[in-house]
Amino acid sequence: MSGLMTILIALAVIAALGYAFRLAGQKLTNNAPMFRDMPYAVAFGYMLGLAVILWAVWTYIKAQFLLPEAEANKYFYFVVAIHAFIIFSVAAWVFRVFGRAVGTAGTRKLFRQMPLTASFGVLVILVYAILAIFAGVLAPHGQEEVFAQANVVPGGNPALGGDPAFPLGTDQIGRDILSRLIYGAQNTVGIAFVTTLIAFFVGGSLGFLAATLRGWLDQFLSRTVDVLMAIPALIFALLLITVASAWVTGWGLTVAMVLIMALIDSTRVFRLARAVGMNIVVMDYIEAAKLRGENLSYIVFREILPNATAPLLAEFGLRFCFVFLTISSLSFLGVGIQPPLADWGTMVKDMSSFINYAAFAPQVSAAPLLAASAIALLTVAVNFVVDWMLHRSSGLKE
Amino acid sequence: MSNDAFKDAETLVEMKGIWMEGRSDEDWHPIINGVDLTLRKGEVLGLIGESGAGKSTLGLASMGFCRDGVRISKGSVMFDGIDLLAASSEEKRQLLGKRIAYVAQSAAASFNPAHRLIDQHTEAPIQHGVMSKDESEADGMELYRKLRLPNPDEIGFRYPHQVSGGQLQRAMTAMAMACRPDLIIFDEPTTALDVTTQIEVLASIREIVEEFDTAAIYITHDLAVVAQMADTIKVLLKGDEVEEAETREMLSHPTQDYTKSLWAVREFQRPQKPAVITGSTPVISVKNVTAAYGKIDVLHDVSFDIHEGRTVAVVGESGSGKSTTARCITGLLPPRIGSIELDGNPLPLDYRKRDRSQLQKIQMIYQMADTALNPRQTVGDIIGRPVEFYTGLTGKARRKRVEELMDQIELPASQFIDRLPSEMSGGQKQRVGIARSLAAEPEFIICDEVTSALDQLVAEGILRLLADLQDKLNLSYMFITHDLATVKSIADEVVVMKDGDVIEQGPKTEMFTPPHHAYTDLLLSSVPEMDPDWLTNLLKERGVDNIGDAAVGKIT
Repeated sequence: MSGLMTILIALAVIAALGYAFRLAGQKLTNNAPMFRDMPYAVAFGYMLGLAVILWAVWTYIKAQFLLPEAEANKYFYFVVAIHAFIIFSVAAWVFRVFGRAVGTAGTRKLFRQMPLTASFGVLVILVYAILAIFAGVLAPHGQEEVFAQANVVPGGNPALGGDPAFPLGTDQIGRDILSRLIYGAQNTVGIAFVTTLIAFFVGGSLGFLAATLRGWLDQFLSRTVDVLMAIPALIFALLLITVASAWVTGWGLTVAMVLIMALIDSTRVFRLARAVGMNIVVMDYIEAAKLRGENLSYIVFREILPNATAPLLAEFGLRFCFVFLTISSLSFLGVGIQPPLADWGTMVKDMSSFINYAAFAPQVSAAPLLAASAIALLTVAVNFVVDWMLHRSSGLKE
Repeated sequence: MSNDAFKDAETLVEMKGIWMEGRSDEDWHPIINGVDLTLRKGEVLGLIGESGAGKSTLGLASMGFCRDGVRISKGSVMFDGIDLLAASSEEKRQLLGKRIAYVAQSAAASFNPAHRLIDQHTEAPIQHGVMSKDESEADGMELYRKLRLPNPDEIGFRYPHQVSGGQLQRAMTAMAMACRPDLIIFDEPTTALDVTTQIEVLASIREIVEEFDTAAIYITHDLAVVAQMADTIKVLLKGDEVEEAETREMLSHPTQDYTKSLWAVREFQRPQKPAVITGSTPVISVKNVTAAYGKIDVLHDVSFDIHEGRTVAVVGESGSGKSTTARCITGLLPPRIGSIELDGNPLPLDYRKRDRSQLQKIQMIYQMADTALNPRQTVGDIIGRPVEFYTGLTGKARRKRVEELMDQIELPASQFIDRLPSEMSGGQKQRVGIARSLAAEPEFIICDEVTSALDQLVAEGILRLLADLQDKLNLSYMFITHDLATVKSIADEVVVMKDGDVIEQGPKTEMFTPPHHAYTDLLLSSVPEMDPDWLTNLLKERGVDNIGDAAVGKIT
């Protein structure tokens, strides 16, 4: 009850401050348009934001410098989050400054117009791509290598059960988590990428075909897609993979999973490609091409496709995230990427019991969250980039 | 209605030294360069100029409003003693909709399709506390009656899609009048309408503006329209003011060269070609064509011939079946009954069954160059593709041919060959569309409203180009248009269509001399003329109920 009262009182104080802030702004700046036309809600928002920032700074100082260690542990993840936020912002900013100075005129212009979120997204995607491609070189150990030291705590601090040889610790059977994270980038992201590509190839070509030809083919494809989409994706995937596992094992199962995921996701791509294609097909230049006597492949690939790249590319980014999350979920459920291949979803599942330590030994509970945050980071990064691309293609200026 | 009548009237809007800029990519580009504008109470000011001259931008600025990515960098806007640029958004909110109203070009796109007309009409008066809902509804019906909308008591309860374009435009004018504003800005309110519909809208706008003594800024690129509406005309060119004068003065004694050239546009006229030798085979012959969309016939027994080197203009309003006829000729819509002959030989009705040489001989130029050119292909590719496709030329030979073609359309190849359509003006795009059809080396070209999306000066250039090409290459044109001025300038023969029937056809000179068919007469009389008294005289002569759609309904 007192908690609720505190919040209410704090809100009341913020509300009063918001009013005072706007009034003071109007008086001090002699009615500058910004303060004069400021709705009260905006003023309130400013003060609320300020209050949150003050609270965050205070909590951070308390946790870092004032409280005894046992107490400070409560705020362990809060401190980590603040650190990550600052590091990422600075990295994104530096990356953008770098991009503005180096490269061709075209890329420099791109970086000049880029918001910080997008440059963060591009940076993260680049880092992931490099890690995935050069995993064999960059990872300190193999993904299947088992060491004697099992359950080493992340952080590399011997006092807390860490080991400098394994900066991010080891799992229950003694595999190096850092190496497995890096190989996981290769496996999870690589497989998701291939799956998305297949989904786009199949869904995209069928979608354009349906949009161009219409008639019974369109009806047949669209209704089939409707049926497939009516079944919940994850359950459908589970079902099909279970069926597939009757025939294939090991690597074959991974291939089967890629194809199954691609099939399920191609239905979504089909819908988009058909809708975008329909808008393009009615254009006069398509009619001109038809009247010229051009064949179907010219019309689809030379006339329609170039005009559909912007929405398809944006969808590619989002679809990639979904595929990648679904693969992680499947791995978490035990039917996705099979051991000994490292995979983020499996890693979260294997170490999930450590989460229980969060209250008193946060460093120990970090082990499963490392893989989870690798997933989260990539998803956020891709979404930032996609947002920016959509914003650009929509032609909004403000 | 001379300018002197307003000398004593109070100044309503005063814009001084307005400089405006628009943002593209990373830079600010000038749109308006130091224009002054003064509008007195009850005065109608016509703003004319080509597209891109900054008419609409200036019109919106007089409300203290800028579109996204546009800013007023210098100058002041005073509305009845209120400085609109310094006013708070609260003050502006009190003015806009109540004392200043705006009528957009496309009423169809500006009405919210999810609400009934009357609900949208009453919104402003209720929000501004001018009237209650009941009062405002009653007033709306009264306005509908004044604007001569059919069923004024009921039409408000319809949704926008249930009402025709011209009616919607009048409903929008009524909506702008809802709070009896001091100033209305009309942004090309009749540009998208047919001539017979336009005249109705013009008559009602003029009447209602006069009745309530409202000041108005009337933005248009059509000189004849502005001559009917405005007391004063201001001519803009690329953001600069060319001249401003009282309407009659401006029409009779334009001082600037640019204004004179605008006035001269309508004078382009080709001599009528001699009559076709009887018995010669026409290039295209449309024989008793009846065509249907689904089960409903939209063309009824249409027949006409197009001879070598001649231009046949097909005239009619939207929905008259002009474009459908073109679709039958190209084979996109196989006719239900009848046939199409090319050089005396019947063509397969469906374009998919025609062979390459048959497709090659019939080419098309489209109305909207924006949608007719693939935005992702360069000019070289757009023109080069038919060259390669029909003649088999590749590499250097293809490029040489493309350069020849670009020479013919008067676009320097060195400058334009690698450009994308988005990097060209409307007239240049239309020229590329012409080159693409020429690339096939056709005998016959269908020109579907090729000039109606263009400014008058640019349109005249395109017409001259088409005429030259016809003389050089001995082409035949089917010229689809609703603009009779275009017909006058370029056609040899005229076909008038209405509701899918051919009403009248014959040589141009015959068509433009009476006696006409009643419908042809209506079309001809609805074309605005440069004479500022034209509308007044026409209304006197015919009466308000015998113009526009009302009159079309009476012709059976």
